[in-house]
Amino acid sequence: MRTTITVNGTARTLDVDPRTTLLDALREHLGLTGSKKGCDHGQCGACTVLVNGVRINSCLSILAMHDGDQVTTIEGLGQPGALHPVQQAFLERDALQCGYCTPGQICSTVGMLQEAADGWASKETADLSAPTALTDAEIRERMSGNICRCSAYPQILAAIRDLAGEVA
Amino acid sequence: MTSVRDWAEPNPVTENRGGVIGKGVDRYEGALKVTGTAPYAYDTVAPSPPAIGVLVTATIPRGRVTSVDTAAAEAAPGVQLVWTHLNVPAQAPRGTRANPRSQRASNPALGSDRVEYYGQSVAFVVADTFENARAAAELVKVAYAAEPAVVDFMASFDQATLPPDEEDVHIGDFHGAFAAAPVTIDETYFSPIQNHVQMEPCATIAWWEGDKVTVHTSIQMVKGGQHALAETLAIPSSDVHLLTRYIGGGFGGKGQPYDDLILSALAARALKRPVKVAYTRQQMFHGTIHRPAVDMRVRLGAEPNGRLTAFAVEATTHCARAATFTEHAANFSRNLYAAPNRLTGHRLVRMDLPHAGPMRAPGEAPGMLSLECAMDELAEKLGLDPIELRIRNEPDIDPETGKPFSIRQLVRCMTEGAQRFGWERRNPVPGQVRDGRWMVGMGMAAAIRGNFLLPAKAGVRIDAGGIITLRQGMTDIGTGTYTILAQITAETLGVPLGHVRVEIGDSDFPPAPGSGGQFGAATAGSAAFEAGMNLRRALTELAVGDPNSPLYGGPAEYVTFENGVIAIENRSETLAALVGRAAPDGIYVEGSISPAADARDYSQHTYGAHFAEVGVNQVTGEVRLRKMFGVFAAGRILNAKTAKSQITGGMIWGVGTALTEVNAVDPRFGSFVNQDMAEYLAPVHADIVDLDAMFLDEADDKANPMGIKGVGELGIAGAGAAIANAIYNATGVRLRDYPMTPDKVLAGLMAKGL
Repeated sequence: MRTTITVNGTARTLDVDPRTTLLDALREHLGLTGSKKGCDHGQCGACTVLVNGVRINSCLSILAMHDGDQVTTIEGLGQPGALHPVQQAFLERDALQCGYCTPGQICSTVGMLQEAADGWASKETADLSAPTALTDAEIRERMSGNICRCSAYPQILAAIRDLAGEVA
Repeated sequence: MTSVRDWAEPNPVTENRGGVIGKGVDRYEGALKVTGTAPYAYDTVAPSPPAIGVLVTATIPRGRVTSVDTAAAEAAPGVQLVWTHLNVPAQAPRGTRANPRSQRASNPALGSDRVEYYGQSVAFVVADTFENARAAAELVKVAYAAEPAVVDFMASFDQATLPPDEEDVHIGDFHGAFAAAPVTIDETYFSPIQNHVQMEPCATIAWWEGDKVTVHTSIQMVKGGQHALAETLAIPSSDVHLLTRYIGGGFGGKGQPYDDLILSALAARALKRPVKVAYTRQQMFHGTIHRPAVDMRVRLGAEPNGRLTAFAVEATTHCARAATFTEHAANFSRNLYAAPNRLTGHRLVRMDLPHAGPMRAPGEAPGMLSLECAMDELAEKLGLDPIELRIRNEPDIDPETGKPFSIRQLVRCMTEGAQRFGWERRNPVPGQVRDGRWMVGMGMAAAIRGNFLLPAKAGVRIDAGGIITLRQGMTDIGTGTYTILAQITAETLGVPLGHVRVEIGDSDFPPAPGSGGQFGAATAGSAAFEAGMNLRRALTELAVGDPNSPLYGGPAEYVTFENGVIAIENRSETLAALVGRAAPDGIYVEGSISPAADARDYSQHTYGAHFAEVGVNQVTGEVRLRKMFGVFAAGRILNAKTAKSQITGGMIWGVGTALTEVNAVDPRFGSFVNQDMAEYLAPVHADIVDLDAMFLDEADDKANPMGIKGVGELGIAGAGAAIANAIYNATGVRLRDYPMTPDKVLAGLMAKGL
């Protein structure tokens, strides 16, 4: 089954088994192994990528659903020596240990910051009409779809805090 | 033989002139991890495209495979092989150790028709794609003859026996002293089955070149994996090249090889092409080890002044019928508090569950959940502050062995922590503090975890450009091994960190025992230090013996290494200049570390104190962490940043232990009811609020030449008990059954009429 997606700015046409998930397409057919498979059930967040700028669990999504979509993976954000600001903040704050959830955490952070900028609400949002203030509670809530078993949560919060600025 | 006295001599690491030791430098491999370019086992690019293997696992806890219908699977698209116990290639019988020096024996996959636990591999399918392999695996039909299985731990205590080669430890007369004690506690605590839930499922990719197999796998012990594969395949270990460069979490669960390793190697040989195999998340829960449940009875007898006179911790736990693993949940208590009359020991029930095994701080992690609550209960009975009770029972020497402590800063951990946490805000009368619907309370607990040093080697090479490469068959499971090995090497040789490369996770490199038991940094690091010292000696000889060196003829004892420069006072040259001229092929030396003969004359541990504040929702029984702080003493800290990540990670495991983590057994199948990450509740980001930790200044010169100790497991020890004690302080409800989920909390509140 032929599907064309734009991955990290480059159009790629794949002719693969229709059962192929977006995650497996990226990993097994495009060699982009930065996105990780932790559960294959959309429960851990390690496979998080950005599709048309929105974060999704790529393991829960079939490639064929994404014809024409723009996909950004961890490899598309930055490279060693030319890190994306979120990658740089994670490195400096030691917001990772084993590193397996890290690509998902970082893609999720990029998506989350945009969601907040666009005024998307979360469970922690008290005033739905006001601009979103990224309090610590907001960040924790919005990042809770990405499990880190090493439990780098305090450092992940600090890294995102660096990017989101201090909010009362 | 080395003595701890030798270790007390100053050395480049303890002098730390370059300031690299202790500094919170960024993780060595961090840039690769944040860009997704660190290749984990399943990410590894093989010489040619791999076939994909998928496991089929048993759906009964005990019995026999009576028939397997593989016809549909074999006929499915893309399928290359289907194996069961009937046609899997020959492997050495389980337990075979053809080479007596092998660290692990043969462990065949699909070795017989016997089923010993739910989730055991019973068939294996390899196909050209993952989708085809997974679909074909669904077509394998397995029939079983089930046999009666023991899967209910609480109902099986009558089958408990002493673990192999183990006796209870009696000191003084516990029973007499307990009967005579004016104040007593006699309570039983329960810690359930827990699971590692490493983010990366076990995975291997294997390929052969002639008689030699290369495997990239996710394992904490390089040599153990290499030897297990060699023994199982009945080939020399020199024909197994095992690599494990990046590991997506281990926590003890990847200390041993699993069927992905064996079957990928066998299938790659049979198909003459690379094969890769990963466990599914569900297979991880059953097919790999878990932390067993532990039932712990604690009896404390004390004088009215709080001095313990009678002390007993007895733990009953379980392991797989064919195994010998014991969760030594009482061991920690042998070194913690003074009491003249003591009883500690373990009982083991053999069950038909998946295998129990080590999980982060085996022993301490569940064990401290009992005693550290019992001490809280005793403190209240005595009208003493829990910290004061512990101080009154602080031993001068090891209460069990009578040996001196190498260093023990437990009291400072507690007093420093109390001050920084604001312990004085705690109302000692439970159930007094409200914040709307939330009942608020504080608790504390002590932490202790042993420190170990194992034999290890390391190799270090300097090239003509002055770049130094440390090589070791060690692993980094997220602990920071790469980073601390780089720091130790840089400081030992007086070069900037940027001049150091670290290569680990390869069975061709000098062996280290791997990551486990929080012995990794001390063990691998000490070997790296010794290798670095040997390179210093070699470079010194080279310089003073080279007529073209400004150091020529100089006194070797005055040679210094600083900032990449070797010098005798004002005569100096860069290491790059020296090696480039005098040894253009580079210099490679090795070093090794072994435990000192007299190290066992000391009682050696890491210590800490946890402080927690929780809110308990009076309507729902939900417990929310509000604040947590820990103070720890764990020798010299090599990297402020990675050590703190380790210790706070451990504390967060304690939060999960106290509040959410449990694998419930389905008695019908001997399976875990919750076998995925939505239902096994490891802490998520929203669960962790205001959590921080600090280390006390410490150097333990009885530990190793650098005075460092482990930090990977200390953080979880006692952490859950601090939360349990905070729940009591908030509500007056004493729960002794972990995890303290809303149903249990609510039942307690209702029983109190709250």
